[in-house]
Amino acid sequence: MIEIKDITKSYGEGDAAFQALKGVTFTIEDGEFVAIMGPSGSGKSTLMHILGCLDTPTSGTYLLDGKDVSTFDDERLADIRKDKIGFVFQSFNLLPRTSVLRNVMLPLVYAGVGEKEREERATKALHAAGLTELHFQHKSNQISGGQIQRVAIARALVNDPTLILADEPTGNLDTKTGEIVLGTFQKLNKEHGRTVILITHEHDVAAHAERIITLRDGLIVSDSKKHARKHARHVHD
Amino acid sequence: MKMSDTLHETYSALSANKVRSGLTILGIVIGISSVIAMVSIGTGASDRISSSIESLGSNLIQITPGAQRTQGFGASGGRGGAKTLTNDDAGAIATQVGNVQAVDSQVSGRYQITAKGTNTNTSVQGVTSAYPQIRNLEIAEGSFISDSQNDSAAKVAVLGPTTRDDLFGIDATGVVGQSIRIKGLEFKVIGISVAKGGSGFMNQDDMIYIPVKSAQRYFSGDQYLTTIAVQATSQGVMTQVQQDITDLLLARHKISDSTQADFSVLNQNDILGAASSVTTTLTYLLAAIGGISLLVGGIGIMNMMLTTVTERTKEIGLRKAIGAKRKDISTQFLAEAIALTMIGGVVGIALGWAISLAVNLTGLVTTSVSPVSVVIAFGVSALTGIIFGWYPARKAAAMNPIDALRYE
Ligand SMILES: Nc1ncnc2c1ncn2[C@@H]1O[C@H](COP(=O)(O)OP(=O)(O)OP(=O)(O)O)[C@@H](O)[C@H]1O
Ligand SMILES: [Mg+2]
Repeated sequence: MIEIKDITKSYGEGDAAFQALKGVTFTIEDGEFVAIMGPSGSGKSTLMHILGCLDTPTSGTYLLDGKDVSTFDDERLADIRKDKIGFVFQSFNLLPRTSVLRNVMLPLVYAGVGEKEREERATKALHAAGLTELHFQHKSNQISGGQIQRVAIARALVNDPTLILADEPTGNLDTKTGEIVLGTFQKLNKEHGRTVILITHEHDVAAHAERIITLRDGLIVSDSKKHARKHARHVHD
Repeated sequence: MKMSDTLHETYSALSANKVRSGLTILGIVIGISSVIAMVSIGTGASDRISSSIESLGSNLIQITPGAQRTQGFGASGGRGGAKTLTNDDAGAIATQVGNVQAVDSQVSGRYQITAKGTNTNTSVQGVTSAYPQIRNLEIAEGSFISDSQNDSAAKVAVLGPTTRDDLFGIDATGVVGQSIRIKGLEFKVIGISVAKGGSGFMNQDDMIYIPVKSAQRYFSGDQYLTTIAVQATSQGVMTQVQQDITDLLLARHKISDSTQADFSVLNQNDILGAASSVTTTLTYLLAAIGGISLLVGGIGIMNMMLTTVTERTKEIGLRKAIGAKRKDISTQFLAEAIALTMIGGVVGIALGWAISLAVNLTGLVTTSVSPVSVVIAFGVSALTGIIFGWYPARKAAAMNPIDALRYE
């Protein structure tokens, strides 16, 4: 469960300081599928980085599963990321010159999981993200954009996180491929009970979530809970 | 992160940029190989100089005419130098100085030698029967000059093996008993010395020995000596014997101020000491040149690693985002730097060894690569990796994942 309260984030100091988040408060229960919307520069990525323990807020509290992570240092945040969180970034998701399988195994490598187990788990995650053995040995420059996003989803899943964060995962994809990726998220959310938070500025993408939080200039302008969600048409099976 | 994973990452990172890695390694290869080769050449040169000085004889003190030289190689004798030492001086040393094993009076010169139509120009040493003992010379065939042959100024000669080859052909037999002409005078060959394998200064293989009195009577025409060689009874009495000889000769030459001495007395240890201080300095100098190239190689490593860290900012950010800790990142970059220097170290040792062998083959210097220098070179190369990789690795580890992800 995520509980954030009066989160602010400022960049720079003194007169040049810029407040990207001006006091954001919300709660996200386990198993929710939330879309965060808003125009460019409204603070979506900043918020996601804080939720993902990649960054700490300037003020406010962030309770992740009851623990106040806003005061954690670099090393403890790395532990939280490793154990609880899976990321899908908008771009540069995969290591270059590295095979699909190795990319997906990487979080387990850092978690110190043995060779045999991590290969099994990576294979399972890749299957869950809709990829077959055919692509396992391909390097990241030998697969399509949609496949890259799905490999990234597989990597986000492999350490069995409770929270999956995705920053514009469909931003670089055409509508059809985007639908496939969204379908994967819906399936993970519904069948595996993961909390999914995805960032987008497209209404059509946001419509796939159950709840839409809209930001503007670092503040929440709307929070539509229990939204009747749209099902992705091209769901991968 | 496990060791095997670190190695895996290191391998894929280095092989992704083969040319750059190769050039960086080359810097270390040059550094390490020059250290190995230079030190082996320096050690070889100093071993050679010491052994050729030692082969001149043991517990040796040499008296040469002319002013006292503070340091340097007086050993070859002042040919054409001042004429101040006489047979009587040599006799006085033998009888009046204690702890003296043997005394050899010498007159050296260089003359044209002919035998059966061949001719050569070589060093002719007038010596006494004490020469073989003092100079560690052994006789392969025939015999050496006897006291009676010396007293009667007999026209007899003992040849060094190289001279024998030059005059009579390589490994000629039956040379003893034949005649040679020194400056036109006929001498009978009575012996051949054993090859000592020296070259360069004081090569005892390319020499003709004749009785010192014959040399004085037929060639120099006077009673003067070019060298008096004295063998002390032991290492421990060398300084004392040297002092006694100096005092005796000063008295005989009626010189009261020792700085005005018209002869010089050189202890073999002085010569060795002087030579070894020169060669040690030489070795240090060579090692320093190698060390500088190693330093340049190390800076090359640092340069490459800093470039790599900057280039791979996004990659570092991504790794940190998915759970890599500072230690994982710094270990990875440090491992890359160490791998570069270790590969460079191994190749450099092999190359340095090869250079040292090649120098050996030229016959100029007998080089030897000591295991210690190999171990040190390897250690230094690993250390270079740690030292020059540390800063870039720390820089990479300290990166904030967000900054890295936002980096363009
Ligand atoms: N490191 C930083 N230093 C200074 N300002 C920053 C920094 N990172 C973000 N900002 C500012 O904070 C604001 C919010 O940025 P953020 O990346 O969260 O926007 P966003 O909502 O994700 O926009 P987009 O939809 O374009 O990705 C922007 O105005 C941006 O300029
Ligand atoms: Mg953004």
